[in-house]
Amino acid sequence: MAQLSYRDAVAYGIAQEMRRDERLVMLGEDIAAAGGVFKTTVGLLDEFGPDRVRDTPISEQAILGATMGAAMTGLPVIAEIMFSDFIAVCFDMLANEIAKSRYMTDGQVSFPLVVRTANGGGARFGAQHSQSVENWCMMIPGLKVVAPSTPKDVVGLMAASIRDPDPVVFFEHKALMANKAEVPEGEIVDRLGAATILREGTDCTIAALALMVPRAVEAADQLAEAGISAEVIDVRSLVPLDTRTILDSTAKTGRLFTVEENPRLCGWGAEVVSIASEEVFWDLDGPSIRITTPHIPLPAAAPLEDLALPSVDRIRNTVLESLDAGRVA
Amino acid sequence: MPTDARYDYALREPRLPKPVDRSLANAGIELDVRLEMYRKLHELRQFGKRAHDLFLENLVKGTTHLSLGMEAIATGFGAAMRPGDYTFATYRGHAHSLARGMELGPAMAELLGRENGILGGKGGSMHLTDASKGMMGSYAIIGAHLCVANGAAWSAQMRGTDQVAVAFFGDGTTNIGAFHEALNMAAIWDLPVVFVCENNLYMEYTPSDLITAVPNPAADRAGSYGLDSIVIDGNDPDHVYLTATNALRTARTGGGPSLIEAVTYRSGGHSRADPGKYRPESEVEAWKTRDPIPVYHDRLLSLGTSEARLSGIEREVAAAIDAATEFAKAGKEPDEGALMTDVYADGGSRWRN
Repeated sequence: MAQLSYRDAVAYGIAQEMRRDERLVMLGEDIAAAGGVFKTTVGLLDEFGPDRVRDTPISEQAILGATMGAAMTGLPVIAEIMFSDFIAVCFDMLANEIAKSRYMTDGQVSFPLVVRTANGGGARFGAQHSQSVENWCMMIPGLKVVAPSTPKDVVGLMAASIRDPDPVVFFEHKALMANKAEVPEGEIVDRLGAATILREGTDCTIAALALMVPRAVEAADQLAEAGISAEVIDVRSLVPLDTRTILDSTAKTGRLFTVEENPRLCGWGAEVVSIASEEVFWDLDGPSIRITTPHIPLPAAAPLEDLALPSVDRIRNTVLESLDAGRVA
Repeated sequence: MPTDARYDYALREPRLPKPVDRSLANAGIELDVRLEMYRKLHELRQFGKRAHDLFLENLVKGTTHLSLGMEAIATGFGAAMRPGDYTFATYRGHAHSLARGMELGPAMAELLGRENGILGGKGGSMHLTDASKGMMGSYAIIGAHLCVANGAAWSAQMRGTDQVAVAFFGDGTTNIGAFHEALNMAAIWDLPVVFVCENNLYMEYTPSDLITAVPNPAADRAGSYGLDSIVIDGNDPDHVYLTATNALRTARTGGGPSLIEAVTYRSGGHSRADPGKYRPESEVEAWKTRDPIPVYHDRLLSLGTSEARLSGIEREVAAAIDAATEFAKAGKEPDEGALMTDVYADGGSRWRN
């Protein structure tokens, strides 16, 4: 197939699954007639009709409540929460109801549903429309959390999320929407809980997610020019978390760096670094380092936002300095 | 402690019940249905009382929210609903669970946190669920389950069945956003859902009329969503049954949602920690005369049912409650293996490889 943008891959992936499963429905604000404010659902209304592709009021609790009630009574659902920041408006549904009801009912009910949401910064939207909130969801037992970085992964992980019998929060990154890449012909179904090694290396491991993935790859290219061989891992799925791939790589290279867009405290990298320190400590040649957005709300102005999010330069320099410090010692 | 009715609610003017509508005796409800409702009223009452007793024996832990005095609502709806219909209740959900056919023993065992509880001891008093009976859960955070009931109704609509979802909630719920979001969505999508406000006049420990902008917390909001304003006697099983039958029929035949405000009174406090002392004594006494059970007892007598038949039902229920209590007490504590099960659909809790 030709090149597909990350944005178009969303609708492409959803359409693949809606053709396969005639029960599958979706709902959200402006998703039908308007094709989504990020144009990620263009064409779905035309192909699948207004019963299966529904515009909703601005009612995030009603959206996720309807999603939950439908899923638990035999109707698989894809919901869209327009900006991931709005998860805060309906966090009761996600954290208290959808995530816990299987456990609380001793396994009586299932929630085959996907909550898609536009996540992350870089668009100069300011503090309430730019956050990376994957860690909000990662901390809730019962949820699965996915964040693809490429068009092909959008399609494959979308299919895997829809076919998964558990509730999945699917983070689409706003700053990746225009990125284009080759997507193969035919049905694409990936699996959750599998990280991918994008670039092999021997001196250090850089684990990244979503927008941070292309930045980590570019930083690794620059590090190669400086004589450092960095292995780059796209984590892709926070729950389930492919610790095996990250730990094996870390044990091989001896150094671990995480690149996280979420603010510093309790970011996903903290969990990864903690696991590495417990399980591959004796293979480490130096401290594991987290490269994150600082513990601040995101500013709107371009130079400030650029300063806040981990950049290619910051990733490269942090790795360089840390590895150099190790050599001096 | 202020002795002012603004702050000591027990000093306020009592809010008294309306008199019984005697014409309901001639409502044309079949005797079999009425006798079954009489049995259910007793089952819910005696289950509630037993739960309270077991609390005092320290066998029920945590908290529990009883429906004592409010049983007519669950009874009337339970009798009117069909097996495939969906119930969504609050943490005050024992009555609604039993009204949909949850077995007494597993229900009681759940309150005791036993392995033979309906949820294996993992949910407790506030989360009673029996999906096999259409009892889709008891939700302990106000407002959410109205939105969830919409989803079940939407699912029924999409699947082309004639199932109806019914959400029960208290007067306090009408002031949270989810209530309004749910009603609006149900209205715009013509969902087969019935919203039932059990208005017991108190939002936990606070008189609802003090913290609500309109006198009837649910019915006065109905017009905002294009729905009829319906207020019924929530202590009369016949009135509830007739109203439920109408609303269910409307929903089942594509007529969309209904919002029903059933006025009632809880004879005890909000939860086991609450003696309910914020209520005027004369109010509590007046509502005792409107206890649904003696009123219904008298109605059945007036319709020609013998005292012996009614007392026979009461004895049968008492025996069933005793048996359920023994079943619960005989249950084991949950095995430690249950701790990590059923977080995810594979039956476990594994989040990494």
